[in-house]
Amino acid sequence: MPRPVPEIPNASMADIAFLLLTFFLVTTTVANDKGLTILLPPPPEALPPDMDVKIQERNLFKIQINSFDALLVEGEPYTGSMRELTDKIKAFVQNNGMDPESSDTPEKAIVSYKTDRGTSHKKFVEVLDAAQRAYYEIYAANIGVTVDKWRDIASDPERKAEYNKSREGYPMNLSIAEPTKVGGQ
Amino acid sequence: MSKFKKKANVKQEIPTSSMPDVVFMLLFFFMVTTQMRDTSINVKQKMPQATQLRKLMRKSLVTYLYIGEPNKTEQFGKEPKIQVNDVFIEPKDIIQWVNTEKAKLNEFERDQITISMKIDSDSKRGIIADVETELRRANARIINYSANSKKEI
Repeated sequence: MPRPVPEIPNASMADIAFLLLTFFLVTTTVANDKGLTILLPPPPEALPPDMDVKIQERNLFKIQINSFDALLVEGEPYTGSMRELTDKIKAFVQNNGMDPESSDTPEKAIVSYKTDRGTSHKKFVEVLDAAQRAYYEIYAANIGVTVDKWRDIASDPERKAEYNKSREGYPMNLSIAEPTKVGGQ
Repeated sequence: MSKFKKKANVKQEIPTSSMPDVVFMLLFFFMVTTQMRDTSINVKQKMPQATQLRKLMRKSLVTYLYIGEPNKTEQFGKEPKIQVNDVFIEPKDIIQWVNTEKAKLNEFERDQITISMKIDSDSKRGIIADVETELRRANARIINYSANSKKEI
């Protein structure tokens, strides 16, 4: 004689599942691990004391920001868009001695970026973004991909060869100077 | 006049027998993708926006540092503060903090430690530069300014 099979009531299963689902929906956070990557220079103590290297004026592209978030590009007040700034930097890096006022070679070209202690982080990131975009666009064009694709390649440790190839001859000389204390906190 | 047929008086029922399956599927998705927050952030966090974002690939090497105006301004003041693992620290404590974080990693990858700087967009460069100088001294030189993506203009 077969035993009666005990039945589990499953009408409330959906309710329980909904409850758990709501819990996970509320507690979940979308991990945002994206940002602008830079490499800091070695510690100030480790630098040799006689570091007074003469850099020719033409090989420097100066960007300065004061504590009111106003820009000075190559000594002139700048109010244009960040896109134009990117194009200016690209033209400067890829000059190759054509314009006597601009850089000799991409290797020698240095983008000097100086802020004030009172500059907001928002503005700092905005301009850093413009400067990095200039280099990234050059790199992407070197291996014939879009900038978005290039950034994927750069983030992937297994595609180091492609990454190095794209950067050949164009080191990212982005110098972020110690902020000034003119109009600070 | 009436071109439209009158509604048939039949009860329409949505089949609910597959609902638990659908809900369970969603549940499993969220269970797998969810990550519990291990620290509660006590500073304001409004990320700046940028276009050229790069992903941090190796999560095990990433350590987080938060800078911003404290949430409890009446207790800690309005000046931006540095937070790591639930506590506020001063720039001079950073070397020690980096060394404890480095000790958690394997020996051969300690110099690849990446500091993800989650900085509120209203913070000033002064405090950030102080932190960077200490990070240079601590030999944790790969840093990532966390930012949200924006459309290229």
